[in-house]
Amino acid sequence: MLNVTTPEANRAVTRGNTLDPKVVAKDVNVYYGEKQALFDVTVNIPDRGVMAFIGPSGCGKSTFLRCINRMNDTIPICRVTGKITIDDEDIYDPALDVVQLRARVGMVFQKPNPFPKSIYENVAYGPRIHGLAATKAELDHIVQSSLEKAALWKEVKDRLNDPGTGLSGGQQQRLCIARAVAVSPEVILMDEPCSALDPIATAKVEELIDELKKNFCIIIVTHSMQQAARVSQRTAFFHLGVLVEEGATNDIFTNPKDQRTQDYITGRFG
Amino acid sequence: MTTDRKPLLGGFMPWLSPRPAAKPAPAPASAPTAIAVAERPKGEAEPMNEHIVKSYEEELALLDRKIAQMGGLAEHILGQSFDALERRDPQLAEQVVKSDKQIDQLERDIEEQVISMIARRQPLADDLRHVMAALRITGDLERIGDLAKNIAKRALAIAHESHPKPLMTGLRHMGELALSQLKDVLDAYAARNADRALAVWREDENIDSMYNSLFRELLTYMMEDPRNIGLSTHLLFGAKNIERVGDHTTNIAETIHFLVKGVNIADDRPKGDDTSSTLFSKD
Repeated sequence: MLNVTTPEANRAVTRGNTLDPKVVAKDVNVYYGEKQALFDVTVNIPDRGVMAFIGPSGCGKSTFLRCINRMNDTIPICRVTGKITIDDEDIYDPALDVVQLRARVGMVFQKPNPFPKSIYENVAYGPRIHGLAATKAELDHIVQSSLEKAALWKEVKDRLNDPGTGLSGGQQQRLCIARAVAVSPEVILMDEPCSALDPIATAKVEELIDELKKNFCIIIVTHSMQQAARVSQRTAFFHLGVLVEEGATNDIFTNPKDQRTQDYITGRFG
Repeated sequence: MTTDRKPLLGGFMPWLSPRPAAKPAPAPASAPTAIAVAERPKGEAEPMNEHIVKSYEEELALLDRKIAQMGGLAEHILGQSFDALERRDPQLAEQVVKSDKQIDQLERDIEEQVISMIARRQPLADDLRHVMAALRITGDLERIGDLAKNIAKRALAIAHESHPKPLMTGLRHMGELALSQLKDVLDAYAARNADRALAVWREDENIDSMYNSLFRELLTYMMEDPRNIGLSTHLLFGAKNIERVGDHTTNIAETIHFLVKGVNIADDRPKGDDTSSTLFSKD
């Protein structure tokens, strides 16, 4: 049930987290108007690994996730304080181009949301607007390799011109992941990517996450404790807007330090 | 794990529960949940909130009841096997052999329940440690049952020989110590008390040293007169069985420590059994 990691792998994750973090958040507070949604969240997120955010609904985990690609900017009453850096670069720097940021930080949502276009166009759209391909051949190559990375190529290679919305739910979600991967992001945010999928499609997405973590920094919000335990190396537990506990996934799920974490993951009144 | 039942309504509707509010106001991450805690014995785990799913709570409680039943039974037949040996009572010995089957059955029950709970409930954190601990403890208790049975069989074998008193006294002391250790460790499990488990774990050294001196005595006794060898060998194996009971008891103590604290006992256990390197020369 727990993903088996060697002590070496665990140490590597710990080392990555303390010395070589990809995303660093320090004292992040988020307010929706008068209401404060996040309280002094400080966390280091390692590169080339999966970090899971868990916690009850409304605990702030999605809010925090959306701070990392500044999706919260789209909500007028939302105010973010504190500092978030990616590779030591402050992403809330006013001089920073938010569109470029979102190319660096891809996102996959709870419900698959392919564009109402062909499968090919769904993946080609991002690279094209970001000018990542000079020729049609280059674009074809990006589309193919993205679909391959998303473990979808074999299933769709003969019908690239069919509408993306005609795929099954699990295939649509993998198409969205291919779309996110196509612009060569550094960080991929996933907000409950499997909650609308059946177990087989979920397994395929999880296998995909395992593959992607070799090259990307992946942050996943999930309500499935088992999923967090399966796919992540580190887990952070949020409760009432507070990051209660963060640590190696194995430790969180076998021996959490905080009573609130314990109560939540074991299904008790907290 | 608290097994005392909360009022039914409070169970279904936690906000009606008379317990002090367990939910703190949004607080810095460092502040632990402030639940007024009554003084409890040192080393005991904090009382747990109950699971939202009642049947899960019940299954965990059932697991503990089965362990308690199995532990009580193991204790009982171990005591009986000592009596059978000392009193040269073949009937009692046969009873022990029969009772051991019940222990085996309980072990199968507990194993099945643990497997089913892992499959259906995917226990995590302390629940995971709880079911894993139950699985390990049931294995140790089953072995203790087997050792009791073995002692009883030896009691049957030597029922018609005369037992030298000083040797029997040594054996009885050793048995009593092993029995009280087993009782302590089962109490420590019921109370989730890691400190008591640790005390049992340390105490095993005494059983080991008693075994050492008994070993020497029995060897001497055999050397005195070869006709003693048959009886002495059976008594030696009996003593070895008791020493093994002590080892399984320390296993249980280690499991309890893991269950309560979430980590294994760090230091090496003091070991007193040096008979594997003891040799008597003729002179």
